[in-house]
Amino acid sequence: MVTLFGMFLLTLLLITAIGIVREKNLFAAVMLAGIFSLQMAAIFFILDAADVALTEAAVGAGIATVLLLSALALTSSREADTRRPTPVAITIAVVTSALIIYATFDIPHLGDPTAPVHTHVAPWYLSRTPDLIDIPNVVTAILASFRGYDTLGELFVILTAGIGVRFILDNGGGTGGRSGPGADTAPRRPRADSGGLRHHLVPRVVGRLLVPFIVLFGLYVQFHGDFGPGGGFQAGALITAGVVLFALVAGEAAALRAVPFRLLTLLTAGGALLYLSVGIAGLLLGGNFLDYSVLRPDPVAGQHLGIFLVELGVGLTVTGVLLTIFHTFAAREQPR
Amino acid sequence: MSLVLDIASGLLLAGGSVFVLTGGIGALRLPDFYTRVHAAGLTDTLGTLLILAGVILQAGLSLATVKLLAIMAFLLLTAPTAAYALANAARLGGLAPERSASSGPED
Repeated sequence: MVTLFGMFLLTLLLITAIGIVREKNLFAAVMLAGIFSLQMAAIFFILDAADVALTEAAVGAGIATVLLLSALALTSSREADTRRPTPVAITIAVVTSALIIYATFDIPHLGDPTAPVHTHVAPWYLSRTPDLIDIPNVVTAILASFRGYDTLGELFVILTAGIGVRFILDNGGGTGGRSGPGADTAPRRPRADSGGLRHHLVPRVVGRLLVPFIVLFGLYVQFHGDFGPGGGFQAGALITAGVVLFALVAGEAAALRAVPFRLLTLLTAGGALLYLSVGIAGLLLGGNFLDYSVLRPDPVAGQHLGIFLVELGVGLTVTGVLLTIFHTFAAREQPR
Repeated sequence: MSLVLDIASGLLLAGGSVFVLTGGIGALRLPDFYTRVHAAGLTDTLGTLLILAGVILQAGLSLATVKLLAIMAFLLLTAPTAAYALANAARLGGLAPERSASSGPED
């Protein structure tokens, strides 16, 4: 049955991918990319990778679509006419595809217990998590504790992306300068027709109704990550989705009043700093960098505390960066 | 009792599937944007809600039921709103509904 579902979803995935490549209207292409991510999430889910599925659905289908749409608002919605593919390009594409297809013959079968991925460190993680960390979700244990270095790196990739977008798109410190109280609202008023969905009573009411529940669900995903699928990355994306929805229905100025830009900067930097300081606290207490066992007298309680703080740091930075990118795009749109 | 539950959930699942199928056919075959949105809205609301109700009967009283009920409440709010927003955006964008001469006795 799983094989059947998998074949069905992969076929849909292929059709969607071809659609994305062939579509000239970029709005339609972005929507198709969102559908692609959702199908990917479904495939991850039937492969029992619930954490990855949640991330893909929240980030790929949700936030990435919103960010791409707001980027499209700054550019044209039609794809420029591309050059015809040259023979060299076609040859490279064909050879690469052939190599990839040839490489798939070496992929072990799904669920094969002798596959390298199941014989390397995974059994150790699975068998040692109950007595070393004692949380039900092994994915969170690996992500936040065993491989805390990798997650720290990922977090700084996201932080760098946020800083980069602000540096590139911020027109002469305009957004930063407007972060003072009251300064947010004044320049945005003239956009009466597009500041929020003024013509759309029903989406406005329903959207406002949903925002608190989305944010609440984000917090649930954040703090339930030890027990079920979830964690900082997904929670950050969900909370961002809630605030972006609020910005869409109530206007950007209202969203910036609720979550000011200065707060976003604080969140972005504070999350990464929190993660780093947990690592350094481990050093100061006599352990290794990012060793949470020394944080409390009981090593398992220390691991719980460390994972909680680290995931909180991830959630704060992801929320801060994603909202910063969204608001920077939206502020860029202003002059038109 | 379980037989009754099975039959009821089977009926709900079948009913939901019929609505999803009708919605799919409608989205492909109906003449203009507004009628197609109407068909797609059918899939989103009645189809999914009936299927979820059928799944709830299968799940019994557990945490899964509560989550499914939450999803139902969420869909009940969002799906009609999405259909409405699509149609309203098309209307504000100036898309006129298609009218054929034989649509009504007086036209």
